[in-house]
Amino acid sequence: MTTALAIGQPTDRVDGRHKVTGGAHYSGDMLPGTTAYAVLVGARAASGRITGIDTTEALQADGVLAILTHENLPKAAAQPPLIPSLAGMPAPGQTFFPFQDDVVHYAGQPVALVVADTLERAQHAGALLRIAYAETPSVTTLDQAREEAYEPEAIFGGFVPGRNTRGDIEAGLARADVRIDATYTFAANHHNPIEPSATTAAWDGDQLTLYDATQGVAATQLTVAALLGLTPSKVHVISHYVGGSFGCKAMIWAHPALAALAARHVQRPVKLALTREQMFTSVGHREEQEQRITLGADKDGRLTALRHHKLSPTSPFDDWAEPSLGVASQIYACPHYEGVYRLVRANTMTPTFMRAPGEASGMYALETAMDDLAHQLGIDPIDLRLRNYTDMDPNTGNPWSSTGLKECYRRGAERFGWHRRNPEPRSHRDGRRLLGYGMATAGYPVYGPNNPQRARARLYADGTAVVQAATPDFGTGVATVMTQVTADALGLPLDRCRFEGGDTTLPTIAAAVGSSGAGMISAAVHTAATNLRNQLVAQAIGDAQSPLHGADPATVTVRDGRMMLRDAPETGEGYAELLHRNVLPDVEATGAWSPSPESAHYGMMTFGAQFAEVAVDPDLGLARVRRMVGAFAPGRVLNAKTARSQLMGGMLWGLGQALLEANAMDPHRGRWVASSLGEYLVPVNADAPEVDIELIEVADKVVNPLGVKGVGEVGQVGAAAAIANAIHHATGRRIRKLPITIEDLL
Amino acid sequence: MRPISYSRADAVADAVAAVAADPTSDFLAGGTTEVDLLRQNVLLPRRLVDINDLPLAQIEDRPDGGLYIGALARMSEVAEAPSVRERFPMVAEALELGASAQLRHMASMGGNMMQRVRCGYFRDAASPCNKRDPGSGCAALDGFNRGHAVLGVGEHCIATHPSDVAVPLMALDARIHTEGPHGRRVYAIDDFFLLPGATPHLEHPLEHGELVVGIEVPGTPMARTSRYLKVRDRESYEFALASVAAAVTLHDGVIADVRLALGGVATKPWRARHAEDVLRGAPAGTGTFRRAAGAEFASARTTPLNAFKVELAQRTMVRILETLTGTGTPSGTETDAAPDTDTHTDPGREGQP
Repeated sequence: MTTALAIGQPTDRVDGRHKVTGGAHYSGDMLPGTTAYAVLVGARAASGRITGIDTTEALQADGVLAILTHENLPKAAAQPPLIPSLAGMPAPGQTFFPFQDDVVHYAGQPVALVVADTLERAQHAGALLRIAYAETPSVTTLDQAREEAYEPEAIFGGFVPGRNTRGDIEAGLARADVRIDATYTFAANHHNPIEPSATTAAWDGDQLTLYDATQGVAATQLTVAALLGLTPSKVHVISHYVGGSFGCKAMIWAHPALAALAARHVQRPVKLALTREQMFTSVGHREEQEQRITLGADKDGRLTALRHHKLSPTSPFDDWAEPSLGVASQIYACPHYEGVYRLVRANTMTPTFMRAPGEASGMYALETAMDDLAHQLGIDPIDLRLRNYTDMDPNTGNPWSSTGLKECYRRGAERFGWHRRNPEPRSHRDGRRLLGYGMATAGYPVYGPNNPQRARARLYADGTAVVQAATPDFGTGVATVMTQVTADALGLPLDRCRFEGGDTTLPTIAAAVGSSGAGMISAAVHTAATNLRNQLVAQAIGDAQSPLHGADPATVTVRDGRMMLRDAPETGEGYAELLHRNVLPDVEATGAWSPSPESAHYGMMTFGAQFAEVAVDPDLGLARVRRMVGAFAPGRVLNAKTARSQLMGGMLWGLGQALLEANAMDPHRGRWVASSLGEYLVPVNADAPEVDIELIEVADKVVNPLGVKGVGEVGQVGAAAAIANAIHHATGRRIRKLPITIEDLL
Repeated sequence: MRPISYSRADAVADAVAAVAADPTSDFLAGGTTEVDLLRQNVLLPRRLVDINDLPLAQIEDRPDGGLYIGALARMSEVAEAPSVRERFPMVAEALELGASAQLRHMASMGGNMMQRVRCGYFRDAASPCNKRDPGSGCAALDGFNRGHAVLGVGEHCIATHPSDVAVPLMALDARIHTEGPHGRRVYAIDDFFLLPGATPHLEHPLEHGELVVGIEVPGTPMARTSRYLKVRDRESYEFALASVAAAVTLHDGVIADVRLALGGVATKPWRARHAEDVLRGAPAGTGTFRRAAGAEFASARTTPLNAFKVELAQRTMVRILETLTGTGTPSGTETDAAPDTDTHTDPGREGQP
C-alpha cells in the first residue's frame, strides 16, 4: 500500500471547468442526426377513463410526425417488478406503464406523446389534442381515505416489512414513568433538480442508444430492455453528465422507454425532455404522511418503549412508503419497539426515494419527541441522547461497524456553543426576536449493493491511467473522487489519472442511490487499480531486466508512478519504463467488489449531530435560521470539499423541509397545487445561514475496502428536527408539522 | 407554443395603431410574465408588438418634487435612481423586494402595472377561471387558496393582486398615463385597478390598444421617510403574504398625516383608507395602530386556508407604523417583545409537554 496522498484532499472537481463553461453535454444536449422532439401530454383527470382522443387538428399542425396514444403505441413487452435500483435489477419507479389501456389512474399520467420536428411545434400540437374523459371521483389526500387504510406485508419494493417489533411494547409503555404521545404531519415534497429528466433515443437497426439523465445507466438499460422486450446488450445507455437527481432519477420512469418507442415509430432520433411542470407528476415524490410516536421513558430519561406508526398514501399499483421508521428504530437503545406502516390507495403515481427517504421524516418525528422528553424531564437534550446511546443496532443486536456519534455530539456542541443555551424557552432574545437553539441526532444506513460492483483500470505506456466504471456523475463529484482513489491505488499523481463513467459498455455499477455510491464505487475502483498495480509490480519482479527483479512484492512501494523498494528507494523503475522495455502499449486489470460476508454481522450506519439557531419574529410568525452546525462521522472522507458540499446541501435541504417545502393536493380536482419553482418553495441564498461542518473520520474495516460510509443524505437527517426544536426553544411552541410556516407561529 | 407573429414598433403611435387594429394582438414589454402565460396557453394572442424600442424609459423629476417614470423604465433602474431612493424610499424598497435581480432587470414599470395574477387556477389554462374564461367559475373558491385575497373579494374571483411597487404607488396617489386609439389619458391609480366584482376579466379601464406610457408620482414630502414591509415564507423571490407601504408625519405625538396601502391581501393594490381615517389626528401608539388595522380588515372575507392573513396583515401594519413613529418596543430591550403572542395560540393544537 502506498502512502495515501490524494484521498481526503479538497480537490477541485475535475469537470468543474467543463460544467461552468458549457462544455459538459447533458442528455438533453445530445441531438444525434435529425433529432425530433417528443412532448408528453398528461391526463387532466385524476381518475376515470379516456373516452376519446381527437387528433384531427393536432395532426394537421406544422411539423407533426406522430401522435401516439394508447390506441396506437405498441404495448409493453413485460412489466418488471418494482425493486430499488441499488439491487441492480430492472428498476421501474412504478409497476405501471402508461398507454396500455384507456384507464386514468392519476392526473398527469401520460396519455399522448406528440412528436414533431421542433419542440415548439410538438408543444403546440399537444395543445391542439382534444381528449375527453369519463371522470370518476378521485382520492388524493390522507383525509379522503384514512378510513380505508391497510397494513401492507412489505413496503419499499418488498425490502422493508410492513411491521417491525421487538420486546413487548405494551409492557414497555406500562413500565414508563413518562410518556410522550404525539402525531406529526408532513407535506408532500418534490425533488426538482435543476436538470429536468430527459432522454434522447436513437436506433441503429435493432440497436438502441439512450442518452438518459439517470443515477444508474444499468438500471435504465435493464428496465427499458424489459419493457421493450429487448436483450440488454441491444440497449446502450450513456449518461455522462446529470444535473442533479436527489432520488428522482434513481428509479426508471416511463419516459426513457417512451422516447425509444417514439424514435422507433418516427424512424428518427427522438428527444423527450420533461417540463418543470411534468417533474411534479412524472418522477415520483416524497409522499404526504402522518406519523404517530409514543415514547415511554423512566424518570432518568432512558427509553422503555417506542411505538412509531406511519400512515401515507400510495399509488393504485404499488405498496410504497419511504421507510421512515428504519433509522428511528435503530438510533437509540430501547428494549420495546413497535413500528407499523399503513397505507391508503390514492390517485397518485407511486412515491419514490427523495433525499434521505424516510430518515428525513422519521427522524424529524423521533427527534422532536426526544426534545419533548428532554424538556419534560428537565434533562439537557444532548445528555438525554447520550443516556440512550447504543453501541449496537437494537434491531439485530449486531455491533456498529463504527460510530463516532458521541464525538459528533461533543464536537458539534463545542462548535455551536451549546453550553450558552439556557434551557428555558423564550429565554434568549435579540430585540423583538426570540432566539432558540435546537439539536438532533442524524443517522443514515450504510447500504451495500446486492451484486458485484466492477471497474477496469488501464495504464498506458506514457504513464497515465484511466479507470472506468459505468456510474454516471449526477453532481456528487464521483468522477473527481474516483480519480483520487485511482491515484492513490496506483501510486500516480492525480493529473495522470482519469475516470470515465456513465456508459453501459463500461464495467457494471449499480445505481448510485442510498448514499452508497462513494463506498461501492470506490471499492470497485480501488480493487481494479490495486489489481493493476499488483500486476505491474509482479511483471517488474518477473522481468530480468528490471531493477526490481526477484524482489518480494511486499517490499515494493509505488510513488509518482515509480515502483521501488520501500527500504531502498533508489532501487526501482517507473511504470512507463517497464512498459516501453516490454513493448506494451498498455496494461489492464479489472476489479470486482461485493460487501464482505462478515458485514452481515454488523450494524452499519453513518452518524451525525445537527445544531441550529433560529430567530423568530413572534409578531409576524417569521422563523429564520441564523446558524447551522453539523458534525458527521462518515467513515473515511474521500474529498473534503465535495463531502462538505454534499453535507451542506443536505443540511440546507433540511432547512427547506423544515420551513418551506410543501405541495398540496387540491382534493376537489386531484391535482398538485404547485407545479413550478415559483410555487414550490425551496430555500434561496437569502434563506441560507452560515453552515459550519465538522468531519469526524472514523476507521471502519467492515463497510468496504476504504471504509467509506457516504455523505449524500445524512446531512439532511435531523436538520429539520434541530430547527423545529430551536423554534420550540425560542417560542415555547411545539409545532408538529412540516413545513412550519407563518400561520403556525402567529 | 402557438404560432405568433411578432413585430417591433419604434414609435408609440405605431405600436398603438398596430395593436388597436388587430383584436388578437398584444403589446410585449419585458415579457417576464407574459411569455410564461403564452407558453402555458393562458394568453392566446396571435400577434405581439414589441414595444421595447419605444422612447419610454425616462425617470424625470417634476417641479412639484414628484417624478415621471416612463413605462419602459426597468424595475432595477427605478430602484437605483437617487431621486426615488431619497424622496420615495418605499418605492425603491418595494421594487427591490420584488421578483429576482434578473427579473427586475427585464421587467418594465408599465408591465408591472399590467401584470396578471399568480392564482394557480388562472395560470392553469384548463381550470375554471372567471378571469381567464368569463362565466366558467372560480376554482380557487374551494381550492388551494392560502395566498388568495381577503379584501376586495367576491364570489367570482379571489385572486390576489401580485404587484409590490403598485402598493407604494397607491399610497402616493400616483397617476397612470396612457396613449390609445383615442388619444392620451391619465388615470388616478385607484381607478386604474378594478375590483373583480362580477367582471374579474376586466382588470383595468383600458380599451384594446391603449398603452401605459408612464407613471406620475406627485411630490409628497412625507414620503421621504416612508417604508415598505413585506412578509412572506421565504426571504426572497416570493410574492407577499402581506405587505404594507406607509408614510407618517407626527406632530407632538399625534399623527398629522398618514399614507397606508396594502399588498398581498387584496384583489387590487389596496389603499387602507379606513385605517388612515382612524390614524389621522390620533395619538401614535400600538393601541391606535391596532385599532386602525382592525378597521381596515373589518370587511375581510376569508377562507379556512387564508384566514391567517387577516391577523398577519394587521400585525404587519402595526409593525411598520411602530417603526416609522418610533413607538412600540424598541430594538434591543429586555422586555417581552410580543406580549400578545400566546393569546393567539390555536386552542386545537396539541398541548405542550
